[in-house]
Amino acid sequence: MSAPHLLAQSGDEFEAPGLHIFEWGPLFPGGPSWLDWLTKPVLIVALAGLLLVVFAWRAFGNAQLVPRGVQNVGEVAYLFVRDQVARPMIGKDGDRWMGFLFTTFFFVLFMNLAGVVPVLQLPVPSHIAFPIVLAAFVYVLMIFLSIKNQGFVGYFKNMMFPPGLPKPLYVILAPIEFLSNIILRPFTHSVRLFANMFAGHLLLAFFSTVAWWFLVEKLTPLGAGVGVVGFLMTIVMTGFEIFVQSLQAFIFVLLAASYIGGALHPEH
Amino acid sequence: MSAVLAATDHIGGNLGSIAYGLAAIGPGIGVGIIFGQGVQAMARQPEMVNVIRQNMLLGFALTEALALIGFVVPFVHK
Repeated sequence: MSAPHLLAQSGDEFEAPGLHIFEWGPLFPGGPSWLDWLTKPVLIVALAGLLLVVFAWRAFGNAQLVPRGVQNVGEVAYLFVRDQVARPMIGKDGDRWMGFLFTTFFFVLFMNLAGVVPVLQLPVPSHIAFPIVLAAFVYVLMIFLSIKNQGFVGYFKNMMFPPGLPKPLYVILAPIEFLSNIILRPFTHSVRLFANMFAGHLLLAFFSTVAWWFLVEKLTPLGAGVGVVGFLMTIVMTGFEIFVQSLQAFIFVLLAASYIGGALHPEH
Repeated sequence: MSAVLAATDHIGGNLGSIAYGLAAIGPGIGVGIIFGQGVQAMARQPEMVNVIRQNMLLGFALTEALALIGFVVPFVHK
């Protein structure tokens, strides 16, 4: 007999939220069939993209020498991405990549933060299709830039046989480097974002379900304590999730920049 | 091995959660080392904080990937 069973009244048992909370059908179930593609994640992606366009437009559309209003926020954001991501990872020509890095960072950030925005409450990258598209884009870009800058043979030579190591070590190093650069890199790049958002959303859903179940649906003297803990943990975890969502957006773009930087300057 | 297989007959619940616990050991140690050494490096050379933080987060992201793969696998292999 499990603890939730003991604490709740007889009848239905507490059921933790599972994978079904990620399954979203069409937004308008009775609507026309040509609208079936419009699901909640698709809507949130569209909103995130729209928000990014509006934000960038307001901030940089009519830039003044003395910034006012949204342009202040935009410039701080731009400087953050440039000084923390672009220049350290890509180097002197990092500024040329700011368009891509700035857009990616805020697009991912807005999609992530949808997980704690009331009503939306779904971090879109918790569906693996979305991070895969972003990671695949970076992956193709990385391979294209590498071959363009180093040549096809030079790319694999730089990657698998970095100079200055004792000869027998290459037997171990070459396959590992190949595996980690070509096969595992896009996988971990997308799964890292996906799994963080997936786990975070599951965690929030679990604690809020606990609070709802034990405080509202099956209120008992013994169970109320569990419900209060669940309620408090929901608040604490929401704060923690905002931190994780921002950090993961930052790490996603940091890794993208480091892949691009590695493609442009193989010597580092 | 047979003892483990025999034991699984008596254990209820999801074995995936046990697998995730095992998968979290290594990355847990790794993340601890990364942040411990990172803080130490920052304390020794405060003027290098930006560079250290960058590399610390990069190493953290790479280490964490292992734990996250462990987290996802039980959902994939039902």
